Amino acid sequence: MSVNHDARVDFAMVAGLIEPRARVLDIGCGDGALLDLLITDKQIDGRGIEISQRGVNECVARGLSVIQGDADTDLSYYPDQGFDYVILSQTLQATRNPKEVLEQLLRIGRRAIVSFPNFGHWRVRLSLLLRGRMPVTRDLAYSWYDTPNIHFCTIRDFVNLCEEIGATVESATALNDNGQKIGVSMPWWFWNFFGQQAVFLLRK
Amino acid sequence: MAARRARKLKATNEATDPSSRVVRFGPDRPLSLDSGKILSPFQIAYETYGALNPARSNAILICHALTGDQYVASRNPITGKPGWWESLVGPGKVIDTDRFFVICSNVIGGCLGSTGPASLNPETGRAYGLDLPIITIGDMVRAQTMLVDELGIDRLFSVIGGSMGGMQVLEWAASYPERVFTALPIAAGARHSAQNIAFHEVGRQAVMADPEWCGGRYIEEGRRPEKGLAVARMAAHITYLSEAALHRKFGRNLQDRETLTFGFDADFQIESYLRHQGMTFVDRFDANSYLYMTRAMDYFDLAADRGGRLADAFRKTETRFCLVSFTSDWLFPTAESRAVVRALNAAGASVSFVEIETDRGHDAFLLEEPEFFAAVGGFLDSAARARGLENAS
Repeated sequence: MSVNHDARVDFAMVAGLIEPRARVLDIGCGDGALLDLLITDKQIDGRGIEISQRGVNECVARGLSVIQGDADTDLSYYPDQGFDYVILSQTLQATRNPKEVLEQLLRIGRRAIVSFPNFGHWRVRLSLLLRGRMPVTRDLAYSWYDTPNIHFCTIRDFVNLCEEIGATVESATALNDNGQKIGVSMPWWFWNFFGQQAVFLLRK
Repeated sequence: MAARRARKLKATNEATDPSSRVVRFGPDRPLSLDSGKILSPFQIAYETYGALNPARSNAILICHALTGDQYVASRNPITGKPGWWESLVGPGKVIDTDRFFVICSNVIGGCLGSTGPASLNPETGRAYGLDLPIITIGDMVRAQTMLVDELGIDRLFSVIGGSMGGMQVLEWAASYPERVFTALPIAAGARHSAQNIAFHEVGRQAVMADPEWCGGRYIEEGRRPEKGLAVARMAAHITYLSEAALHRKFGRNLQDRETLTFGFDADFQIESYLRHQGMTFVDRFDANSYLYMTRAMDYFDLAADRGGRLADAFRKTETRFCLVSFTSDWLFPTAESRAVVRALNAAGASVSFVEIETDRGHDAFLLEEPEFFAAVGGFLDSAARARGLENAS
């Protein structure tokens, strides 16, 4: 389900938000790279859900507690507040019902960490404006007809959704094209224009 | 023919006096059964591989399937064939006997040396036959705990098994969670489905319809319900495969002939194959034992035994689970494993779950499937590190 397979600049960002030895559920954990990182660096008790069978098999073969499952259908089977953190890394835009998934995250975890590509990024805007075609950029490299990313949003859209479901934004970070943090002093419109992706720490 | 006769004679001897190790539980150590009855005295036949470490922390119990036995990684004394899971278990294998102490016992109710319907009933001086109380998966596991006690092991590093063996794994994890560090139920489920009970009933009726069955007293009569048992095995064997695999292996190919015979001979290869499966099975397996084994599986329903909520069977469990299913398995389809996974998630348990892509059906768990082996190996390795077990090398 994950999108950017190579440069996962959001990993370090996510890891920075997590307390050592926490119970963590990584939804859309891919080949388990983030879980591995968190287990090594933060000694977490980590679990994962991944939709692709290949990813799950890789994870289990490397000793991670990962199950094959779908964020849209399987989260309802988890108990309330069973985890300290639930991570949805670069996966929200690929879910069928992002709002429901987000609500589930906040039910299952005391905190939710959500990272996603920002569709309001200037490169995306420019591409649509000038070429008049669905943007295919370096970071969003799929054509409209075969993309797994069916629910793109901008940083602003996401903030609105958080308000709508009553989620509290504990912290938010936007990363620019080079994976560097955009200064916190910058206004939202700046983030929404120059942020290539965003990482949010939320609680109910 | 002489070879077949020798196999049958051997099978009769193995049922009471096995070539494997045996532990005998006298009247002072009876086995209480779920039916409310008591089995005593009784015996468990088992094999071990590798060595128990000084901390007694490296023991793995392997639970066998319906018609399996204790010879998981050593030659079967009746058939002379290699152990049924030798591709997985042995020195340097995925379940490495240089590293782990592997125990495999014949289940209670079986016919390779643990007390079963072919064993002598001390009250009557003849074989139990149907006088043996009904045995459940819970009874099999309770007996195994007594064996594990006997071997001086408090906590098993892992309990592993496929199909009926997987049911035993789930029963272990639910009833004795503190004694199970990791559990690997493979191609199994938390209950037997209506369809599975239906197939078992067909098999049992085939056995009981054979006049040679003699109401279950065939041993004293010196007879064997071979035809009935063979039919039971043939029907069951189909459920272990998949349509795709049958088509791939046999198609509509004819057996040693150019054209149809317009008769009821085994014209098709699949017919000949099934007949062979049926015939070789009856040489090594006791018909009454087949009735008891199938009944044990039918009765299994982990949730029903615990107030109807499967998650309650695993409350507060510390056991690490790894479930495996196979895409073409229609006896224990992936949905059955997934139901267990969901219950384990709801219970907050540590669980891994892989579904292996294969067209080999239920039997895939007995075959070399690289992804299956990689998952089991990776899971056991990481658990061994967590348990502080050193690598063999």
